[in-house]
Amino acid sequence: MSNAKAVTEATFQADVLDADKPVIVDFWAEWCGPCRQLGPILDQIAEEHAAKVDVVKVNVDENQAIAAKYGITSIPAVYVFKGGEHVATSIGAKPKAVIEKDFAEYL
Amino acid sequence: MTPEEIREVIIVGSGPAGYTAAVYTARANLNPLVIAGSVTAGGELMNTTDVENFPGFPEGIMGPDLMDNMQKQAERFGAEILFDDVTEMNLEGEIKTLSLADGTIYRARAVIVSTGSAYRELGLQDEKRLSGHGVSWCATCDGFFFREQTIAVIGGGDSAMEEALFLTKFAAKVIVVHRRNELRASKIMADRALAHEKIEFIWDSEVIGINGADKVDGLVVKNRTSGEETTVNVTGIFVAIGNDPRVDLVKDQLELTAEGTIAVDGRTSKTSLPGVFAAGDVIDSTYRQAITAAASGCAAAQDVEHYLANVSETLATV
Repeated sequence: MSNAKAVTEATFQADVLDADKPVIVDFWAEWCGPCRQLGPILDQIAEEHAAKVDVVKVNVDENQAIAAKYGITSIPAVYVFKGGEHVATSIGAKPKAVIEKDFAEYL
Repeated sequence: MTPEEIREVIIVGSGPAGYTAAVYTARANLNPLVIAGSVTAGGELMNTTDVENFPGFPEGIMGPDLMDNMQKQAERFGAEILFDDVTEMNLEGEIKTLSLADGTIYRARAVIVSTGSAYRELGLQDEKRLSGHGVSWCATCDGFFFREQTIAVIGGGDSAMEEALFLTKFAAKVIVVHRRNELRASKIMADRALAHEKIEFIWDSEVIGINGADKVDGLVVKNRTSGEETTVNVTGIFVAIGNDPRVDLVKDQLELTAEGTIAVDGRTSKTSLPGVFAAGDVIDSTYRQAITAAASGCAAAQDVEHYLANVSETLATV
């Protein structure tokens, strides 16, 4: 998991769907080893691209309705939302350069 | 190239082989640098739960905890650990150079390659498309999403049985699809799976198709004897059909075996290039256990120690 702001079912609308900037959402859980490895990478992306995107995290164990709504069956799942729409996806723990390439359009 | 100091030894990879090599080389005052990987640090055990067969843990230990311990043990003796990925290795000559994803270049007299192995894929067209949408390689990560559903595990080895047994905590039913008519798994794991009321088996069959528009809704299996094709309704597919040694960065420089592992000289860790040693799953297509990888890392560390001692002796006498 990253050090990003934790978003819940109560705040998802405001923090993600209604955000001005594109938002990278890290869907994670405590039991997921690769999620732990991906966290620091998303923290770096958050820091380096702060002007263009927000990075937040959603604990799927505590927010099962959001995970179900977006059809998440594998974590870590990293989604990009723009203008309230889910526009890009990256599944699994990937190196920083790969994620930056996957999400280049939004960074 | 950045004017980096020339190190004694760099260890690439941080599974049981890499960390054991780090403990031993650190204790030999070789000041090892471990390039642990940005997302693969800790290796395959990071995706497992209970490790019950690593000696010294009578009650078992969680895979990630075991790897955290190994990391701490290596650090205690001064091993330096870097969580980045090697993108290029130049292993010829006396000084080896390794480039990292961030552009940094490191140099060393000796390198231990302990890059482990990567999950083998089924090689089906729909596998990638539905990856993350019902197709998974990590039962511990994704089992949670398949509560009360019927799912499949592909494979017949220890990893497949471990995944199947773990997934029974969540799933209504776990169907194991295996190419042969008996399991390759160790007896204790096989017996547990065979006796489990939630686990069913489809024998002698291979997966030839994965169905689903935007998420998995079925699996097409073909019986290898009769040729009969059957569709099995499942919402999740966990692939555990083995691993391939991770040799991408070295395959053009080091000799490989017919199995695709790095070739080493007899029981040693010596590869086809002087100063380059290999340990763990990347040299082993037979045993592939945490404990055999650790042992192999220990051997590599000692081979490096002797190699460096000989190199400096040669230099001293010139």
